[in-house]
Amino acid sequence: MHELALHVLDLVQNSLEAQATSVWLEVSENTAADLLTIRVMDNGRGMDKQAAANATDPFSTSRTTRKVGLGLPLMDMTARQADGYLTIDSKPGKGTIVEAVYRLSHWDRPPLGNMADTVRTIIVANPELDFHYSHSVGQTVFSVSTQELKEILGEIPLTHPDVLVWLESYLKENTANLYGGVQE
Amino acid sequence: MKTVEDLKRLREQLHSQVRLRHDGGTQIIVGMGTCGIAAGAREVMTAVLDEIAKRKLSDVVVRQTGCIGMCEKEVLLDIARPGEPRITYGTVKPEHVPKIIAEHVVNGHIVEELVVGKLER
Repeated sequence: MHELALHVLDLVQNSLEAQATSVWLEVSENTAADLLTIRVMDNGRGMDKQAAANATDPFSTSRTTRKVGLGLPLMDMTARQADGYLTIDSKPGKGTIVEAVYRLSHWDRPPLGNMADTVRTIIVANPELDFHYSHSVGQTVFSVSTQELKEILGEIPLTHPDVLVWLESYLKENTANLYGGVQE
Repeated sequence: MKTVEDLKRLREQLHSQVRLRHDGGTQIIVGMGTCGIAAGAREVMTAVLDEIAKRKLSDVVVRQTGCIGMCEKEVLLDIARPGEPRITYGTVKPEHVPKIIAEHVVNGHIVEELVVGKLER
């Protein structure tokens, strides 16, 4: 995976498979401390200590379709390569917090990539998920939640063609704005 | 820049239009396990959403699913039209999406050359 935004999509799919009904995604780019932090918190079924400790081992997986699970091991690898780390804090029956920290300026840190497309995919393809996204660059913050969108839309689905067009521009412009202006 | 106020205005416009259908629509499902994502599932999903917007399809439901064990055939895209078998398309690229939407979702003709599975119900 060439973008951290794709790893984010992968983490959220893990939350969904753990039957999470709420997911909080935080991306924080702290230029002063030279740190990029990605945190995904869910209220899924969680893991016991052993399962959480094994989660970054590629030959350990909860899936039944294959014997390997590469999502977390790959993200763990990208974090270590960029002078960072990945931690998993999980409690059975409560949920899981995955945190990946990168040295922002490190040569080997993969680009964050297209967060707008990742967030639109999560919002549109999981309409009953309570999803919160917060992205900060220095002091500037952009946040959005499915709850606020659904309150405005009422019975109109998020997949309505006109809503999709609005959502794409809204996410693209607001994430670009974090870096000081509309890109492109 | 687009704002939440724009969405509120949009809602008012849509509200006054014809009643929207809530169920009975076509389901489009994209495989989003690690294997799917690595093979380009998000780009396929983006192409699906763009095509829905372009063709103004208001009775489709989009879903994501995990790994189903056919990782070598990712990206997997399923189309389930009401009352018809669920069709699984394999090694889907974004450039295949307009054809699948036009022929299968809109006109009901399966794109045979991309099919890897069929689930009767």
